[in-house]
Amino acid sequence: MRETHIDWSVDVFRVLRGFDVRMIAHVPDAGLIRLLDLCRNDADMPLVPLTTEEEGIALLAGAWLGGRRGALLMQSSGVGNCINMLSLAKTCAFPLLMVVTMRGESGETNPWQVPMGHIAGDVLRLSGMRVEHAAIAGEAGPAAAAAADHVFHRGGRAAVLIGQQVIGVKTFEDGS
Amino acid sequence: MIGARSEAYPLRRREVVAALLADRDDLLVVAGLGAPAWDVTAAGDHDLNFPMWGAMGGSVMVGLGLALAQPDRRVLVVTGDGDMLMGLGSLATAAAQAPGNLAVAVLDNEHYGETGMQQTHTAAGVDLAGMAKAAGFPVIGEARAQADLEAAIRDLREAPGPVFYSIKVRAEELPLALPPRDGVELKERFREALLR
Repeated sequence: MRETHIDWSVDVFRVLRGFDVRMIAHVPDAGLIRLLDLCRNDADMPLVPLTTEEEGIALLAGAWLGGRRGALLMQSSGVGNCINMLSLAKTCAFPLLMVVTMRGESGETNPWQVPMGHIAGDVLRLSGMRVEHAAIAGEAGPAAAAAADHVFHRGGRAAVLIGQQVIGVKTFEDGS
Repeated sequence: MIGARSEAYPLRRREVVAALLADRDDLLVVAGLGAPAWDVTAAGDHDLNFPMWGAMGGSVMVGLGLALAQPDRRVLVVTGDGDMLMGLGSLATAAAQAPGNLAVAVLDNEHYGETGMQQTHTAAGVDLAGMAKAAGFPVIGEARAQADLEAAIRDLREAPGPVFYSIKVRAEELPLALPPRDGVELKERFREALLR
């Protein structure tokens, strides 16, 4: 099942690589396994696992102060954890690129994922971020490129939402 | 009116920070919101200070990002017990990365200084240095008196880290020493001094 969804991870990885992203802050998600593996295997993209997603906002602010570009990867439930720390990025105009794998969209089998997934995009927009949504796998690379361009060429803050139909629906039956 | 044992602590935060930042050379300093930012500024506003006016719970993470991006420069986070308590997970994240150039000094007065001097959990005995040790910081300590301070400052400035010290300071209300409050200006002047 997952094999048919590999392409988006490679496409997003290539965008990160192309924009000289050299720090990958993240809280893991099943939908991010392939992308995180690609980063892990690249010596220039060290992974920084976090205990909670807002740590990544502050981490990447510090990295930017030190001259390094990073990206923050999480699932949609993590967006809510970020809200206050996003004011650091906004107030100081730190560039900030996020990749968010969506839960709670159509086909979700865990109702606890629905509330945050339902509002993740709106929360990010309200927090001053540009939001790109990839509903199908082929949209992920272009969406990531548009977001990264906004972040690193224009000093903005942007998130790429990877739709649940792109990453596959977790069923709690086959471990996917 | 504070009414707590920390009113009698001998170490005074402004003197501690002045000693900590003396002859700072190329030290990179991140200051947590509130009193630590004012303390760092009172010791001398500096382009290589990043004093925060918000982002509570985030000071260790800003320091970690900076330390990872600049592995050849010493990074000192100066923050308070309230900020540290809000970001306890960041002790685990920083210890897991274990950058040798990162040092964290918590000025622990056991109170939230900016909101009316309410007690924090450290007043109830929560041991921040013990938490840093349990997280995996290889060098930790607690300074309570002048006699402890020399070793604390040496470790914070020079020891291969990550280093964590809780410095128990007197609960006192001091004159404000405000850094620029424009975050963009703080960010840009820091990068200009460091990177150009």
